[in-house]
Amino acid sequence: MSTGNPAAVEKLSRREYVLAQRELRRKKMFALALVVPLLLFLFFAFVAPIGTMLYRGVYNPVVAELIPDTLQALEQWEGQTLPDDAVLNRLALDLKRLAQTRKSGKLAEEINRHWPGASSVIKSTARRMKRQTDEALLNGGADMIRVANKKWQRVEIWRAIKKAGQVYTDGYYLTALDLERNADGDIQQRESAQIYIKLYQKTLWMALVITFSCLLLGYPLAYYLANAPSKTANLMMILVLLPFWTSLLVRTTAWIALLQTNGVVNSTLMALKIINQPIEMLYTEFSTIIAMTHILLPFMVLPLFSVMKGIDPSLMRAAQSMGAKPISAFISVYLPNTLPGLSAGALLVFIISVGYYITPALVGGTDGQMISNIIAFHMQQSNNWGLAATLGSLLLVLILALYWIYDHFIGASNIKLG
Amino acid sequence: MNTPGTFNDASDHYLQFKAVQKSYDQVTLVVKDFNLDVSQGEFLTLLGPSGSGKTTVLMMMAGFESVTSGDILLDKHPITRTAPYRRNIGMVFQNYALFPHMSIAENLAYPLKVRKKPKAEIESQVARFLALIELEAFGNRTPGQLSGGQRQRVALARALIFNPSLVLMDEPLGALDKKLREQMQLEILRLHKKLGFTVIYVTHDQTEALTMSDRIAVFNDGVVQQCASPDVLYEQPSNAFVADFIGENNFLPGVVEHVSDDIADIKVSTGEVIRATRVDCGDSGSDKVTVAIRPEKLFILPTDHEYDSAITVKLTDRLYVGDFLRYFFELPDGTEIVVKYLNDHAAPRIAVGDEVQLVFRARDSFAFSPM
Repeated sequence: MSTGNPAAVEKLSRREYVLAQRELRRKKMFALALVVPLLLFLFFAFVAPIGTMLYRGVYNPVVAELIPDTLQALEQWEGQTLPDDAVLNRLALDLKRLAQTRKSGKLAEEINRHWPGASSVIKSTARRMKRQTDEALLNGGADMIRVANKKWQRVEIWRAIKKAGQVYTDGYYLTALDLERNADGDIQQRESAQIYIKLYQKTLWMALVITFSCLLLGYPLAYYLANAPSKTANLMMILVLLPFWTSLLVRTTAWIALLQTNGVVNSTLMALKIINQPIEMLYTEFSTIIAMTHILLPFMVLPLFSVMKGIDPSLMRAAQSMGAKPISAFISVYLPNTLPGLSAGALLVFIISVGYYITPALVGGTDGQMISNIIAFHMQQSNNWGLAATLGSLLLVLILALYWIYDHFIGASNIKLG
Repeated sequence: MNTPGTFNDASDHYLQFKAVQKSYDQVTLVVKDFNLDVSQGEFLTLLGPSGSGKTTVLMMMAGFESVTSGDILLDKHPITRTAPYRRNIGMVFQNYALFPHMSIAENLAYPLKVRKKPKAEIESQVARFLALIELEAFGNRTPGQLSGGQRQRVALARALIFNPSLVLMDEPLGALDKKLREQMQLEILRLHKKLGFTVIYVTHDQTEALTMSDRIAVFNDGVVQQCASPDVLYEQPSNAFVADFIGENNFLPGVVEHVSDDIADIKVSTGEVIRATRVDCGDSGSDKVTVAIRPEKLFILPTDHEYDSAITVKLTDRLYVGDFLRYFFELPDGTEIVVKYLNDHAAPRIAVGDEVQLVFRARDSFAFSPM
């Protein structure tokens, strides 16, 4: 009791205080017990994996663990001339050990990422070193290596080894941003293929188109639902929610059946003699956009509907009675009041579609691929988890940045999800 | 006495309804043959039970409902087919309909902005109306930060600020509590007196209608039953519905015995013959009638008040209300009669079960054809 007449404030006795504390503690424990499952789930399924991903983007101990001695010897090397024989001897020993433990392939793969062509050099050299004794290698390993493959005479392969050997690296980030380091160690645009930036741009562009299409289809629908008699509205709501009750795979596959060369759309158009040849619709950007618009539409309709439901229908009448034409009344009165739902829906659809994987993978072909498909490729096929982690981290940063921009200009407190 | 449907009083025909009808379902009429003349500056109330068609009439006036047949004229110009935004009619809604995303000042400025008035004029008008509703300090708040009464005042000012030809109010005080409602009634009357606008006011609260209006149009079943000033409506109802709807009334069933001029002799269920003012009942013998007498116009014998009819009744209950007393009587056929007495020394002291005679004047009792 902090307010009121101070004379009336009675202090709790020691025993009362303990009891009150115990009661408070019990309440807190109960509240905690209710949220603990969620927190645990969040930690193990969300915070921990994202943390690991962020770490993996810069931490790459593989090469350092494979050839520790060589890398130690290379530490003093400036990178302008060929390293001296001591380094080569060390490498010969490391390669022999790798060949015996069948790990030379792993090293070859890692180095090859930094200098294409290094794979065969390393593998063949390692095979030769396997037969030599340690003693011979320690003294004459350098010559043996030079004999094994001429490419050891080139400084690039050594630079690649040194670069790959860094435990903490910005290499993945540079790759993901289509950059590289030149011989002097300066950052420059990668001379070979520029893939990732373009892919990010395309992903953002497609997410934007999908968001816009959802808005275009969802806004009038939500408006109708919010103003229809409840019986009709309920029925229509079931139709809107129906996709949620069907497997995502089924819905995406349905689009394959519709859009393929001899699919429903093409055969109908041809039967109606509108086209003579089937249009290639499947495995394009178009098919990804149309299928994802369909799948993400409820995420737009639901927040819009809930906001529109709360808008007093007499607002539009009031605006018109004051002399505003219907369109101007809509723009100046109705639209601003739907903004919370509109921004929530748009943000939801945009963020989901930026990271969407399954639909572009199934109907997108090469043309309709998005960034998540490349991430999956690096995880499953090229086995480059570091790069996959980096691409994922950049995606996360991108979304956070967009959210920040949104919050800055429109205000996140405006969002109303339900 | 007015006949339902036609009112040819001394009106300047500012707002006219000519045989207006409305049907929503193409089967039944919600508003049947609605005729009305409203003078400029008049405060006219549409009063009626819910579903009587009064709100429909208002919506047709505002242009939000189409007119099935007939014409609406405003200042001699037909507006029947005019779009709502071209009618220049201000409207106050029951739930205020203030724009929640705009400040109070922006709300008030909206109709002026739509009319593309110069900025300086908008500012001075907004300031003037904020002062008028005594909310000068609230211009920058949003509607959500205001109380119900304050919101209603803003809604009122917003409907007036663009100098509309007519102001419509659709149960504007329905959402307020009793005390606030009475305050706002005075507030609206004050503004009406000061600015002299024409008001069409819709309500189902008869006290509100009686206190505020110059004239009241009583609606029932899509038809205007009577349109007159509050005192005429109360003291000379033109049919049994109005007599019942406005204020409290006792209804005695009876049969016409004899009619002379505007006085009817009616035999009631006690066998007594009473005299009542004839309004719309039949004039031949044995026509069924219902006689309406207000509780405050009935007196218990002995009394100093003059009277020309009497009926014998039995007291069934007495209710103490404080400033007045209510006596409940019963006729032999079960008809109940209420009598209202001021709680003073003249209040009679009678016990439940006593038989007494109730007396009244013919000019205070009205013979209607039954509803």
